[in-house]
This record gives sequence, structure tokens and C-alpha cells, in this order.
Amino acid sequence: MADHANAAQPVLSIRDLRVSTCGREPVEILKGIGFDIAPGETVCLVGESGSGKSVTSLVTMDLLPQGELRATAGSVRLNGEEILTATPARTKTLRGSDMAMIFQEPMTALNPVLKIGLQMDEVYRAHRRMSPAERRQAALEVFASVHLPDPPRIYDSYPHQLSGGQRQRVMIAMALALKPRLLIADEPTTALDVTTQKQILSLIRELQEQQNTAVLFITHDMGVVADIADRVCVMRHGEMVEAGPVGQVLSHPTQPYTQALLRAVPSLVPRAPRPEAAGPPAIEVSALEKVFQIGSLPAQLLGRAPHRVHAVDRVSFRLAQGRTLGIVGESGSGKSTVARCVLRLEDPSGGEIRVGGQDIARLRGARALAPARRRVQMVFQDPNRSLNPRLRIAESMIEGPLNMGESRASALERAGELIEVVGLPRASLRRFPHQFSGGQRQRIAIARALMMDPEVIVADEAVSALDVSVQAQVLDLLAELQAKRDLAILFITHDLRVAAQICDEVMVMRRGSVVEHGPAAEVLAHPRHDYTRALIAAAPGRDWDFSTGRRIEVPA
Amino acid sequence: MLYYLLRRLLMAVPVMFLIALIVFMLLRLTPGDPAQAIAGDQASPEQIAAIRDSLGLDAPLATQFTTWIGNMLRGDFGHSLISQRPVLEMIGQRIGPTLALATVAMVLTVVISLPLGVVAARRHGGLVDRLVMSLSVLGFSVPIFVIGYVLIGIFAVHLKWFPVQGYRPLAEGFWPFLHRIFLPGLALSLIYIALVSRMTRAAMLEVLREDYIRTARAKGLSERVILFRHALRNAAIPILTVVGTGFAMMISGVVVTETVFNVPGLGRLVVDAVLARDYPLIQAIILLTAGTYVVINLLIDISYALTDPRIRYQ
Repeated sequence: MADHANAAQPVLSIRDLRVSTCGREPVEILKGIGFDIAPGETVCLVGESGSGKSVTSLVTMDLLPQGELRATAGSVRLNGEEILTATPARTKTLRGSDMAMIFQEPMTALNPVLKIGLQMDEVYRAHRRMSPAERRQAALEVFASVHLPDPPRIYDSYPHQLSGGQRQRVMIAMALALKPRLLIADEPTTALDVTTQKQILSLIRELQEQQNTAVLFITHDMGVVADIADRVCVMRHGEMVEAGPVGQVLSHPTQPYTQALLRAVPSLVPRAPRPEAAGPPAIEVSALEKVFQIGSLPAQLLGRAPHRVHAVDRVSFRLAQGRTLGIVGESGSGKSTVARCVLRLEDPSGGEIRVGGQDIARLRGARALAPARRRVQMVFQDPNRSLNPRLRIAESMIEGPLNMGESRASALERAGELIEVVGLPRASLRRFPHQFSGGQRQRIAIARALMMDPEVIVADEAVSALDVSVQAQVLDLLAELQAKRDLAILFITHDLRVAAQICDEVMVMRRGSVVEHGPAAEVLAHPRHDYTRALIAAAPGRDWDFSTGRRIEVPA
Repeated sequence: MLYYLLRRLLMAVPVMFLIALIVFMLLRLTPGDPAQAIAGDQASPEQIAAIRDSLGLDAPLATQFTTWIGNMLRGDFGHSLISQRPVLEMIGQRIGPTLALATVAMVLTVVISLPLGVVAARRHGGLVDRLVMSLSVLGFSVPIFVIGYVLIGIFAVHLKWFPVQGYRPLAEGFWPFLHRIFLPGLALSLIYIALVSRMTRAAMLEVLREDYIRTARAKGLSERVILFRHALRNAAIPILTVVGTGFAMMISGVVVTETVFNVPGLGRLVVDAVLARDYPLIQAIILLTAGTYVVINLLIDISYALTDPRIRYQ
């Protein structure tokens, strides 16, 4: 597909684009970048957070936040027409008709209080003269073309009544309703499950081929790049580090940054298994159940049966000191509910959770649970939200030990030691969470968990929100701490690559049940269950070996 | 939804019962003879006996309470101790002007403060924004009688656009009614305009940062559609809450405004009743106010469900 890139006039042509912050001391966010996209071509913009890839897309759409960012130099041409100097009225006309955009979060990108049909209808009303009946007909046809089930029902639904994948299909339908020449997709699948991601990516490709759309695809996921890109532009700190056809950039990267980025992608090939540890398990879960009942008391008094959801159904596992068990599965599989039961943030409906020999499943009340809570600590997904923004790091870290009766002086002393163990200076203790980057905050969260001197750490998607290079560092830190302190780690993730690299054992969950459980090397290399196979097949870029830069043969 | 409504209305029964009990005990728990307390120091024994008789104070407490509740359920709220007229009739005469005043004030509030708040949020830090912010401080801090007299001074005395005082019921024609109710309505609404426009501004600023606003822009929609269709409805919940409770507060009496503009409303009736220790009247007004709050709170909750489809009551 790259061959007609040279033939036709580019749909989008960016030259020496510079964007700065407004204000007295402008900071340059984009430092002179440029690339072209031809009709039918997919260009991937890759880079870590803060590299300027989203800003590039916003300039193109003329959607830069007013009074915060502005383009200072260069040119952005859409079908030869300059965007930077066009009037707001002109770019408003172009948006939605000639260029369209889909965003990362399908959960928040649709207006929650308006029906899908109305939000779709607006696109036609803003750009075309059509009767209401024609508009509805057109909308239903586009819904059908993005393979939404039962278009009339979708038309009359509100966003919260649809799944994440369906909402993203609606977004794509809105973007492609008027057959734009340019589609900008800003991390459109990052918030979706892998199997849904695969469907959405192939849908974008299918529509692109039908309409010969130029696609600017923004992603941080090298696997997605390997799957869909014709050409790749690697960005860092507002500069274009490297650009070229996908095969060339992935197999022969010339720049050290690109090489490092590719090296940081965890391999899907499981690491060599570690020797089994002897001795009693740190945590042993047997026949764990969690049932959620939905239904009000008056409804029950009227004899209506409450709606029961089996979030966790007879889950059992044992985890020895110094080993890592990965629980993988898609959203709604019950993996996080298992974690919350083990932490006793939920009351299990049945089964046993033995920590160091004691069953904590039936303990009720904070006082009875306190000793068990010390032994099992957690690291959550979003380090931006798991640390109290109004507390200094020191206060967040010593809160637990103080509750357990440790003196303030000794807790502060240990906090200082631990913050250095996780690779931050001691002075960090006096600062607030917002003064740290995402990776640093996750290090703090790990240090906070270690303050309690736990035997088990539950990490729920602990590296999912981080850039790959930072992800690798945090995973290394966890491995190092595990070896030193003989920690048992329960690692909840949807990312098979991460699971392959750090887990000794893997448990695959689906709709509350375990479908497959065994050594990581066994489960990921030779999956026995269809669902596990489907998950592995959906992992983006699975036919690409990022460490050697070669396509690899995968069993179909 | 219907089931929810029914349940909420049923829940109002114990609430009202509790309030009735408190209102009832208010008088009976006064130390000494309640009839003596009502009649005052200079009352003759005959007067005290008449009060005791008319309130049935000689019967046991439980009997008094059930009789009182029973009478009210039949629509008999008792007679005023002063004018001897039925309490319900007295309230009925006064509720009209108060309701009219509250409605006009709320309509003015919504019509003026929503656009102000929306524009202030859209042009954050701009001229309208700074104007709204500083004027709202004025609205909060100037006492309502000052606002009232200033408005009378400018629009009634100086410009002669409106009459100085007085009230005409709606039954005598819409324009005469509006002509007299407008100034008091405006005076009363100013503090709510200050409150609601700031509320709208804050809620809109929050909503305008949301992803779906960016989506709306990316679709090439006009600014007007983005602000009023996409943003304002999402910002509605705090606004509805303030407007609703504000309305309830106005209905339960706006003494100062009614006095300044000589509107024969509920507020002045309350003051007169309290000063005259007209207990049957006071009791009825308290119950009426409580009932108003219960109904308006229910209406607010229903309006939440109408603006946000994710809120569904069962």
C-alpha cells in the first residue's frame, strides 16, 4: 500500500510545524515536525507520553485549547489547503466532513445525556442539507457498515447502554459518516480489550480500503504499529526522531531512541521458568466465590428474585514465597474481584483465603482484619489517583505503620530507607504526589506497600498506565524487590506480553471462572483452551519479534 | 419510575407525621398553662378559658393530638385566635401573591443567570466573566431591602416605569399583574441570579473540559449547539438543585420583599401570626412549608432523571 504514497497528492502535508504554550515564557511543544499522508495510507505516530503526538493531531483539527497552545510556525495542509491560517468558520466546516477524529476513551467521548441517534444526526445537520428521514436512513446505514448489531436500537440508545467496543464503533461511524479524506485516530483502542481492539483495528482498515481514507494513527503500542502501519514517525519531546516505512523502522532502526523503544517492548515468548520453591505457600485460595446481588429490599419483599451475578466462581490457586502468579483476562472476567477479595476489600461469598496458614475469608470488621491486611498489600493501576493528592509522600507512606502502632520516628526512618530502595531521593518524602511523574508515583506506591513489610503484594494492572520504557523499569524494580524480600506477587493484567515476562504461573479467567491455569511457559506457548488461544491471537504485533526486528512464524 | 414516585410519596407520610408531632408538642411543652402563654399577661380568666376551650386543651394529650390530626385530614386546620376566621382560608388568600412573586423571581433568575453563566464559562477570564464574578459578590452582600428601595428609586420614582408598591392578582389581567409584580420579583431574584450564575459558570467550566465536548467540536458543530445542547444539560444537576431549593425557600415566605413592596403575601402573615402568638395559624404554616419542601425535593429528584438518562429510580 506504500507504493501509491508517491503517486497521489498527499491528503495531509505537515511542514516544519512548531507549537508553543501561550504566556510570558512560551515553551515549545512541537519543534518543527513534518510528514505527509497519501490517500489510503496509514501513518503511525508513535512516542511516549509528552512526545507531542496528540498535539500534532489537535493542530491539524484546529482544536488546540484556546489560550493554552498555539502554532507559531510551519504549515499544515489538508488537500493543499492551509489549516493554520484558515478562519475558524472554515475549519469548523472541514471538521467532521473532510477530516474526522476518533479518540481514546469511548466511555467519555460520547455525551452521556444525549441519545446516540441525536449525536449522529448532528453530523449530518452541521454539514449537509438532508431531510430528517434521509438523515436517519443514512445514520442507520453507517451503523450497519461498522457492524453494529440492530442499528435502530443503537440509534435510540444512550451511550451508557452500550459496551465499550460498541461505543467506539459509534465513534467510528460518526467520524466516517461523511466519508472524510483524512481520519485521525488518537489511541482509539488503548482502552479496549485485546479481542475488541483487534476487531476495531480491522474495521478501520476495512473502511479505509473502501473509502481510500488517509489515516493518521496515534499510538504508543508497537504491536499495533507492526499490525497496521504503512509508515511510522517516531516522536520524542516534540521532535521527529525517525520516520520511514514500517518494515525499515522496526527492523533497522537507525536512532538509539527508536532502538531503546523497541527493546522495551516485552516479548510474547514466556521467559525461562524459575525453579519451584519448596515450603508452605504464602497465600492459598480455595473455591473462592463472590456473588453480587442486585435488587432492592422492597422488590425482594414483593417476591421478586434478586439479580445475581457470579463475579468469581470457585477460583483456587496457591502461591509460594518469591513467585509470581499472573491473572489474565478481559474486563468483566472477575480478575479484579479476585484481587479485591484477597485484599479483603470485598467480603467473599464462599471459599477460603489462607494467608500464612490463617483463613481470612471469614474475618469481619477492621479490627479482626488488621493483622491480615498488613501481610497482603496492594499496588493499583492509576498512580495519579491512588495517592492522596493533599498528603505529603511521607504521610501517605507512614499512615499504615502508624495504625499498626509503630512510632512516628521509626516509621519515618524506614520510609526514608524504602524511598531510596525504589530509586527516589530521600527528599521526595517532603513533596506532594503531583510533583512526580507517573512512573515515579508508581515507585512511591510500591514503597508504600513495602512499608507494611508484607508477604504478598497484589498488583492490579500496576504498569498498564505507564509508557513502555517506564513500564520496563517498574517491572525490573518489582522483580528485584521480589528476589530480595522473597515476596509473593499476585499480578493482575490484561497484557499478555507483561504476563509472559514476569509470571511464573498464569491463570486465565473468563466470566468469573478459571479457564486455564499452569506454568506461564506452558499456558502462553501451548494454550489448551480456545479462549486462551483467542486472547493470544488478538495480541497486537504477535507475529513480530521486537528484539530481533524480524517477522516470526506463528501457528495459526 | 411510577413505583418510585409512589414510594417517595408514601415516605412523605412519616415525615409529615413527625413534623406534625413536633409542631403539636411545641405548644404543649411550654412551661405552665399554654392558654395563659398564648393569651399574654393582661388576659382575663374568660379569655384564657375561651382559648383553652377552642384548642381543646383540657383533654388528654393523645386525644388532643388525634383530634387535631383527624380535623386536619378532613381539611379543618382550626380557626385563628385573633380573627376567628378559618386558618386555611387565611393562608389561601395569602399564598397567591407569594406564589406569583416566587415564580416571577425564579423565571427571571433562570432567564438571566443561565446565559450569563454560560457566556462567563465560555470566555473564561474575559469581560463577561469578570463582570459576573464581581456583580455576584454585590448580589450576595447587599441586603435585599436596599436593593428593593434602590429599584423603587430608579424605576418607580425616577423613571416612573413601574408603580411604587402594590399587588394585583393575575385574575385582573396579565399586564396589570406583571406591571406590579415585576420590580419585587427582580429585587427578590438578584441574590439568586448571583448564586445561579456562579453555579452555572462553575459547572460549565467543569463540563467544557470533558472529552465529549472535544468530540462535539471535532464533528464541526457550532458553538451555540456545543454550549447549550452538549454542555448545559450535563451541567444541569447542581443548577436544578439550587433553583429548586431556592423556589421552596421563596414560597415559605419572603418577608422583607413583601414588606418593601407592600405585597400581601405569606411572609407578612407569618410575621403577624408569630407576633400575635396565633398558634393555629403558625402550626398550619409550618406544616404547609414542610409539605412544600417534601414536594419540591421530589420534583428536583424527578428532574434529575429527566436530564440525565443514567439516573433511573426504581
